[in-house]
Amino acid sequence: MKPISQRAIEEACYEIMKKAAVDIPEDYLTGIKRSAEQEKEALSGFVIRTMVRNYETATAERRPMCADTGLPRYFVKVGDHARFEGGFTGMERSIRSATARATQDVPMRPNRVHPLWRTDYNNNVGINAPEVEWSFEPDAGWIDITTVHKGGLFGTDYRMLFPGDGIDGIRRFLLDTLIAFGKRGLACQPAIIGIGIGGSKDTCMQLGKQAACLRIVGDRNPDRKIAELELELMEESNSIGMGPMGFVGSSMAVDLHIEVGYTHTGGMPVSVHTFCLSSRRATARIHADGHIEYRTDPKWFTPYYRREGVDWEGAGLGQARRYA
Amino acid sequence: MVRQDDMLEKIDIDLPASPESLAKLKPGSIVYLNGVVYTAREGVYDRVLNHKEALPVPIHEVTNANFHCSPAASSNADGSYRIGAVTATASFRFSKYMGDWLDATKTKIVIGKGGMPADDYKDILAPRGAVYLTTVGYGTGALLGQGVRKVLAVHWLEELGIAQAMWMFEVSNFGPFLVDSDLEGNSLFAEQGELVNQSIEKAYEGLRKPALLRYGETDDRKDELI
Repeated sequence: MKPISQRAIEEACYEIMKKAAVDIPEDYLTGIKRSAEQEKEALSGFVIRTMVRNYETATAERRPMCADTGLPRYFVKVGDHARFEGGFTGMERSIRSATARATQDVPMRPNRVHPLWRTDYNNNVGINAPEVEWSFEPDAGWIDITTVHKGGLFGTDYRMLFPGDGIDGIRRFLLDTLIAFGKRGLACQPAIIGIGIGGSKDTCMQLGKQAACLRIVGDRNPDRKIAELELELMEESNSIGMGPMGFVGSSMAVDLHIEVGYTHTGGMPVSVHTFCLSSRRATARIHADGHIEYRTDPKWFTPYYRREGVDWEGAGLGQARRYA
Repeated sequence: MVRQDDMLEKIDIDLPASPESLAKLKPGSIVYLNGVVYTAREGVYDRVLNHKEALPVPIHEVTNANFHCSPAASSNADGSYRIGAVTATASFRFSKYMGDWLDATKTKIVIGKGGMPADDYKDILAPRGAVYLTTVGYGTGALLGQGVRKVLAVHWLEELGIAQAMWMFEVSNFGPFLVDSDLEGNSLFAEQGELVNQSIEKAYEGLRKPALLRYGETDDRKDELI
């Protein structure tokens, strides 16, 4: 079979940029409609219903749902058997080219600027931008490319906790973050909340962001105890007494996802991320024969991605035992 | 578009807004605008207020509504502009410019995201007969984009870029917005914030003390933070 062409890769990247900016993912829309039904306060209910109307208008008129089209970024999962033209740097070039074209065509706001000189190329491309995170998958010949358009100013924080702080420490940090950024709604809640626990500081941030952005509403961590904690913390987030825009209400979290990574024995780093009211993501799968399928579930957290052992097969068995 | 059947009050305002129409607005009222609005944020304020550059047009003759906004826009080959979505940006950052800006432009409606400190309404906006409207959500970009009928002009595009340039939009049924501050300087965000504060202590009840205290958890610099 011929290798996957660079044209197919660039087309996939361009299409997911358009889809992410315009079409709210179905799982999230279902979740936010549930929040609208459960919200008892008039002002908070009005805000959520207005957002639903906004998503419908975006799709009907092919307009971006939010003018802050965020910092577009990519998550790429390459199957072990995938063959593609241009190599990895060729794929990175396609990603940058599609980002620039979509910025002009959608149109998206060229948010990306140099952090010091505030200069830009008006195309969301620059030094270290857009970010591309890579992962790999055994026994697959496809390439999955996901884009996420996430705002970047408010709603995310990191704290080094200690083992003695326990789950209470995570609760306290989550409350601190939601309340600090929830005031006046700067975090654009209700949102999908992602919590990263463990790893190094940087992987902790990365895991939390991926938990918020790359898992769909209703998805639960395969570790039963972590899944229970997800539901408990979501319930607590919605019981603060705060809703959208920081108004009185009961809607902070549409869902809450936790991801973990093995960490330093003396510490328990935690990060909290809120993926804003307009949770924008889209995924393309480029099959080995070059045809492209689009979806809204990134399917990023595969059993392989969460493996624990040296060998993949061994790790799989270990997980099977734990989650049984 | 059929509007939601809510308990909340809805008000349409023609721009430039008259003092009588502004007097009808109360914190929590839902507002739709018709007429012209202009965008201005730090790039524009800096030029006019710090560098004393002349305003590109006598704004007050056209409108008295300042939108803290950066549109998702791009230019067409024929020199016209395409506006996809329109969303406000957080206003608290512009607080320091507001007094001089309102004086220079006779602006009476400030529209943005998240409001400004409640003291600013009492000290700066209300004394100048100005109110603050907040966008809803905050991402109603498509609804607001739909309300923008035409780009009348864009100033300082070359110098400031798309996000910071001064756009003049002709708008119709442009909204919804929520009134944050009224002519008396009352603030919806402040009122709601106080109500929310009353329940916050309860959320923390029973949680054990953290192993390491940090600044931010106490404001007293004399506290030993271990």
